[in-house]
This record gives sequence, C-alpha cells and structure tokens, in this order.
Amino acid sequence: MLKLLENGCKEAATMNKKNLKLIYNNSLVGPGIFFALLFCLPLVGSNYTLAIFTMIGFYALVCIGLTMLTGYAGQISLGHAAFYGIGAYTSAYMTATVGLSPWLAIVVGALISALVALLIGIPTFKLKGYYLALATLGFGIIVYTAFKELSSITGGSNGFFGIPSISLFGFEFMTDQSYFYLIWLFVFMALIFSRNIIHSRVGRGLRSIEGSEIAADAVGVNLMKYKLQIFVISAIFTSISGSLLAHYVSFINPDLFTANTSIYLLIMVIIGGSTNIWGAIVGSATYVLLGELLKHYVPVILPNVGGEFEIVFFGLLLVLTLIYMPNGLVPQFMKIAGKLHKKERSTPIAFSIDTRATGGKTND
Amino acid sequence: MTNNELILRVENLTKVFGGVVAVDNVSFTINRGEIFAVIGPNGAGKTTLFNMITGVLPSSSGNVYFQGKRLTRKKPYQIAQAGITRTFQNLEVFDNMTVIENVMTGAHISMKTNILTAGLRLPTVVKEEVRIMERALQCLKDVGITEFAYEMSDKLPYGSQRLLEIARAAISKPQLILLDEPMAGLNAEESRQLVEVILKMRAEGMTFLFVEHDMETVMSISDRLVVVDNGVKIGEGTPEEIYKNPKVVAAYLGDDEAEEGVAYA
Amino acid sequence: MEIFSQMLQLLFSGLTIGAIYALIAVGFVIIYNVTGILNFAQGEFAMFGALISISLVKANLPLWLAIILSIVIVAAIGAVFERTAIHTARKSSMTTLIIITIGVSIAFRGIAILIWGTQAQTLPPFTDNTPIEFLEAVLLPQNLWAIGLSIVILIVMMYFFNYTFTGKSLTACVVNPFAARLMGINPNKMSLLAVVVSAGLGALAGTVIAPISGASYDMGMMLGIKAFVAAVVGGLTNAPAAIAGAFLIGIIEAFTEGLWSSGLKDVVSFSLLLLILFIKPEGLFAKASGKRV
Repeated sequence: MLKLLENGCKEAATMNKKNLKLIYNNSLVGPGIFFALLFCLPLVGSNYTLAIFTMIGFYALVCIGLTMLTGYAGQISLGHAAFYGIGAYTSAYMTATVGLSPWLAIVVGALISALVALLIGIPTFKLKGYYLALATLGFGIIVYTAFKELSSITGGSNGFFGIPSISLFGFEFMTDQSYFYLIWLFVFMALIFSRNIIHSRVGRGLRSIEGSEIAADAVGVNLMKYKLQIFVISAIFTSISGSLLAHYVSFINPDLFTANTSIYLLIMVIIGGSTNIWGAIVGSATYVLLGELLKHYVPVILPNVGGEFEIVFFGLLLVLTLIYMPNGLVPQFMKIAGKLHKKERSTPIAFSIDTRATGGKTND
Repeated sequence: MTNNELILRVENLTKVFGGVVAVDNVSFTINRGEIFAVIGPNGAGKTTLFNMITGVLPSSSGNVYFQGKRLTRKKPYQIAQAGITRTFQNLEVFDNMTVIENVMTGAHISMKTNILTAGLRLPTVVKEEVRIMERALQCLKDVGITEFAYEMSDKLPYGSQRLLEIARAAISKPQLILLDEPMAGLNAEESRQLVEVILKMRAEGMTFLFVEHDMETVMSISDRLVVVDNGVKIGEGTPEEIYKNPKVVAAYLGDDEAEEGVAYA
Repeated sequence: MEIFSQMLQLLFSGLTIGAIYALIAVGFVIIYNVTGILNFAQGEFAMFGALISISLVKANLPLWLAIILSIVIVAAIGAVFERTAIHTARKSSMTTLIIITIGVSIAFRGIAILIWGTQAQTLPPFTDNTPIEFLEAVLLPQNLWAIGLSIVILIVMMYFFNYTFTGKSLTACVVNPFAARLMGINPNKMSLLAVVVSAGLGALAGTVIAPISGASYDMGMMLGIKAFVAAVVGGLTNAPAAIAGAFLIGIIEAFTEGLWSSGLKDVVSFSLLLLILFIKPEGLFAKASGKRV
C-alpha cells in the first residue's frame, strides 16, 4: 500500500518536472549538438580558421558574463577589459615569475577580480542610474595604467614574455588545437551555468525588476544583491578567460586591455543580443569574423586607411543595430524564424521599447 | 470567523508633505481572519495611508506593528519578509513573464535558491522549483485562471490580471494581504469573481486590508472598516455602525446637500 | 623662487586644461539635466571643433572665421546626432541610449580617421604666441585665451540659463517636464537645443586647445572622460560645480604630471572619480537637491 503511494508521489514528481519543462528549456541537447559540431572544427578547418575560432571562444567566455550583466541586471560596464587583464597578468606573473601551478594562478586571478568587482560594485550599485558605466570606465583606465607603470611585475609597455603553457593531469596544452578545446569547454560550462541562473528564482528576480520594479520590491526581490552578484560572476568569467589567454598566447602587453577593448566587448554583447545567452557567442563570432573580413578587404578598396577603419565600422554597426534591431541578432533571428518559444519569453531588460504602448513582444 | 487575535496595529500614523497634513494621527487595529477596509472620499488620504503601511512612503510620525513587530518605515522588501503582500491599483504584473512565472516570483521570499546553487542546478534547486511550480499552479486554480498558466501575463484580460496579482500575493503564504482598490476597472462579472476569491481565501484563514471606492462591495464583504476624511479618522466599526455614523454620512453626502440647499434658496 | 615659479607654471597649465574640461563638462551637464542621458560622445565635439577649424584654416580662411564656422558646423553635427540617434531612440531604455552615444562616439572617431587620417595636426594660435614672462614663470598667450574665453563663455551661459526665457525653459524641463509641457515648452525642442549648445561649447574647447596640444582623431575620448570626472565631482547636475570640478582636475593633473609622473596623471583623476562616487556621490559641492543621484 505504501509502495503504491510512493510510486504515486514519484509519478507526480516526474509529472511536475515535465511541467517545469513547459516554462524552461534546460535540456542539454541543444548546447550538446552545437558543441559537438563545434568540436569537429579542428578536424576539418585550417590552422587559420582554428585560430580565429579559438579567439572567438575567449571573447565568448567574457561575453557570457557581460551579457548577463547587461541584459538581465541592466547595467553597463565599460571596464571589463580590466578583469580580462587582471586574469591574464595574474596568471602570467604567478606562473612565470613565482612558479605557481597555472590552475592555482587562475583561481587567484578570479579571486582578485571578484574582490575588485565587489569593491567597485558595492558603493556604485547603491546609487541610482548609470554610475557603473562611469565607475568602470575610470577603473578600467586605472588598471590599464597600472599594467603599464608597474613594469617590474608586468613588464610594462614592453609586455610580459615567456608565459608557460598550462597542463592538466599531465597533459600539456601546447597546440592551437588543444587550446581550442580547452577554451570552448569553459564556454560550455559558463553557458550552462548562466542559463541555469536565468531559469531559476534568481533569473526571475532579475527579470521582475524590468517587469515592474515596484512589484519586484513588494515581492521581496533584493535588487542590489543580485546586481552585485552578477557583476562579480561576470568579473570571474572574464578573469578566467584572461588567464587562459595568457597561456595560449604566451606573450601579453597592456594594449590588449584598453578602454577600447572594453567597448568592443560591449559591442559584441549588444550585436549578439543582450537578452539571450547565446548572443554572447554570436556577438563574439560576428565581431571577430567581420574584423577579419575588414582586415582583408578594406585595404583593397581604401588603401590609405589603416587598421583603424574597424572603429568607424563597428561604431556605425552598433548605432544602427540599436536603432533598427535593438534586441540584437539572436532574438531577431528567432523572431524571424517564427519560433514560438512557449518556454521562455522575456522582454530585453535593457532594450524594451515601451511594450505597454505598442503591445509588442520579443521572443527570447 | 475572526478570532480576535490582533494582527496589525496602526498607531497615530501621520504624513506631512511640506505644509499639507495628508494623514493625521490615524489609528486602528485589524484582527486575524478579518476583511478590513479603509474608505473615504477622494483625496481623503487613503492611498497615502496605504503607502505608509506598504513601505512605499516613509511616515512622518506614528507606528505600524505587525504581529508584535515594528514595521514603521521599513522598506517594501522587508515588509514582504514579515509576511505582508499586496496588489496594485494600476496592475503591476510582470509583463515580461508568463502567468505561472509571475506567481512563482511571488514566492521569491520563501525560496532558498541562491545564485551559486542555481548556477549549478543542484537537485535541491530542482526540487524547490518543482515544489514552487506546484504551489503556483494551485494558487492559479484557487483564483480560477489555470487556463492561462503558460500565457504571457500581459495577454490576459484585465480582470484576470487582477486575479493573477492576488495569486502572486498569496503564494508566499502571507499573514496579511493588502489590496489597493481591487475593484478598480472591473466589470460586474469580474467583480463578482474577485469577491468570491477573497471570501474563499478568508474562509481559509487569510486576513485582508483593502482600500476601496466601491461602496457596495465594501459594505457587503467587510467585517470592519475605518473611514478617513481629510486625513483624519472619522469613523471605525462594522458596516452597520458606519452606516449610522453621522460624521461619515456628512462626509459623503452632507456638505453637498447643504450647499444645494443654499443654491435653491 | 624657482619652486614658486615652477608651481606657478603648473598652475597655469592646470587652469588652461581645466578651462577646456570646464567647457566640455558644462555641455555634458546640460545634456544630462535636460535628457537624463550620459552623453559619451561629448568629447568628440571638441575633436571635430579642432579638426574642422584646422581644415578651414588650411583652406585659407582667416582664423577667426574658421573658428566660428567650425563651431557652427559642429553645432549642426550635434543637431543631426540628436535628431537621428537620440530622438528616434527616445522611447528606448536609458541603457540603450547611453550605449548609442558610445557607438556614436566610436563612429565619430572613425569618421575623423577617414577624413583627417591619424596624424596629429595643429591650429595656429589665436594671437602672436610669444611667451610672456610672469613672476619668472612662462605663460603662453594661448593659455590666456583658453582661460579667458572659457570664463567669458561660462558667464554667458550662466546668464543665459538664469535670465533668458529659453534658458529658463531648459531648466524648467529638468525640474518638471510635465509642468514645462503645460507651459508650452516642448521637451523635444529643448532636447535638441541642449545638444546643440553642448556641441558648440565642446567645439569651442577643441579650437582653443588645438594650438596648445594639437589635434587628432583620438583627442576626444580622454577629454570627454576627464570632463565626466569633472561633472561627477560637481555632482552631475550642477553646472557651476562642474566648472569648479574641471579646474580642480586640471590643476591636480598638471601638478601630478609636473611633480610626479605623466603616466600617473590619469590614475589620479580617475581615482578621484572613484573616491567621489564612493564617498560623496552627490559631488563635492552638492546643494541639497541632488536630484538624479
């Protein structure tokens, strides 16, 4: 008799798990297929393609955190290159100069970045409005200057040479191929982790602030705490990417981590779509691939212009995207493909045109 | 039905805006299981009073005690933590979420999942999600809008969105639900449905405080009420007592009639 | 006496660059007050002012005409910027609008490269630039122009905002947009006016600094950022305080560069920014209102 009851309860439980699937898609099938296809790339692509997609991977890891910050917590950071650099230089210094294990160095870098994010976030999020943009801009420049000036630790403007490679369980990551797999493995983990957050109480809490701030307040959502936590997590993801980058390229210099870099990261997030976690990957890919196209074809058409042509192109692209396709590529694509996601529809937190007036909705 | 356990005590609550005294030394108590109403003519200060109790507006002086705890000048999220939830006159549904997500968000305070456990999607997290979803479906059933569960919440008819707000307010199993002009904008059928839901919840032990204009509803379902005019309390008691209170009658009818009399003279 | 003259020298440099920051910062504050937007493209108006005037001078226009024309052109650019980027997106969230200004600033920079290339250029000084000796410190007449013009323009601005109808209308939009509308003031027009005026101020700043430190496509970013810091120091809503903040930052920078190291002068400015944000976000000179914080 008890067994029957037990089975009945179990059945009810599985029934309800199925119900949960009606609102949230947490299946690993989608990501699984994507990454399975991706992992075939080294087998069929050239070295050049491999290098490009490895770079996309590094940016994607950064952008996943940044997408959550921009699209779900509704904040702008103009200083994420600083966390990227902190991760890179910490790993460089700890492994090459101090001789620590690379994995430990990555953890140290992440901790430093997390701490810095807290130090900046706590006072800034208390203020209303968009002070984070200014604070991160200033902070980013301070860190960049520190990289240049503290030359005894960082090598200064000349850069840091001789960063050793990273190894795991005796396997040393030396080839481009191995780093390709390594970084995309991290991207995969970050993607799932972030998606899990969005599909949880925390995700609803963040989205409720955009839905109705006063009701979110009344329901007990602690706005400041979540903004802070997402900021810290995005700093950690970025730092880890920077650390892995250091081992991949074995030589870094401060110009990899300028204010322009931060702005380009933001552009990747916006173009990909800040309200969908896949936008991070699409945005990074768009940036890198378009950049390569520009590098090859612009000198042909306009021979006088240097590499700085990128700037005007991406600036214009950003503005045009925001005016005509404010939700970014991924949400737009999904709308066009006519997919009806009954599971997850959220209006972009940062970019909703007043939906009460137009009644328009974007699908996630 | 009421068991005379004092659940909310408002004591000399006052709000001053610059030179204007919007709420002047208002005091009343609510017992558990009661449906308690705050009524008064337009501009009487009902909304200001409501906003002080819900934490949206800080009081100038006076106190609010809930189950013995002092809630004066606490923030809305602290009020939610204490076990008081509310609905909104101008529908504040989370329009970027589905109906069921709206209700689940109402349970935010009662959930333990934090950002780390959520990211790792631990079994305890999944269990809690399933449990809250079950509870949410039950709440939707209780207010009668289960068929909309997976729709975007802003696609619902107005009256159903009002019921959604009640479901969202109820899911965290609060001790007191505050309703801000719940009948506003509802047609006769929707009003009837809402009253039915409120009475059903009261029968199960819920306590309600509501601010309302619709006299018919107020008089028919309230156990006790307080009348404010120009920020001052001019009457408190059961509907029958209030009907007979001369000050209340004067506030709603008297002055106008007196003026009319003069005009015709 | 040598130390004193060195100090004096640094003070003059500081006041000069401070005057530039002040002009840009006031423009920034005007836009923020009227529209609520943090305009990250503010510094680029200075950049255009400088480069356009240089081109006009190269086209053999007299200097004074080149400067005035350049200011007018940049004001027109500001108008186009406001109508296309800001006005069309005005229903978007503030985050979107801020990012749009970031995008525009990058686009402006890129357009500048296309037109003028990456080489730095100079504008002739306004008057004969023989150094003046003052108490054993050397002062360039152009510095005096920078400080003097800025002060004059800023006084004009104060008068404009407090005593003219248009100026007071602009202020009204900040205080109570709804009431402003009822009075027949059109917030859309005010938004356009705010941007045009700010663009003009920025352009002036650019032309004034160009003879001293040159002009190039990337001069706008740092100028803009320093102007933000000045505005925040002043509390973001308070123009006179932003001006005071600008001079403060200019002087601090000059002294840091002169006495310590030029690499660190940015660090000092931005550390000041962070300090203010963390300790006194209403700004150093905040009045009681502190509206948008």
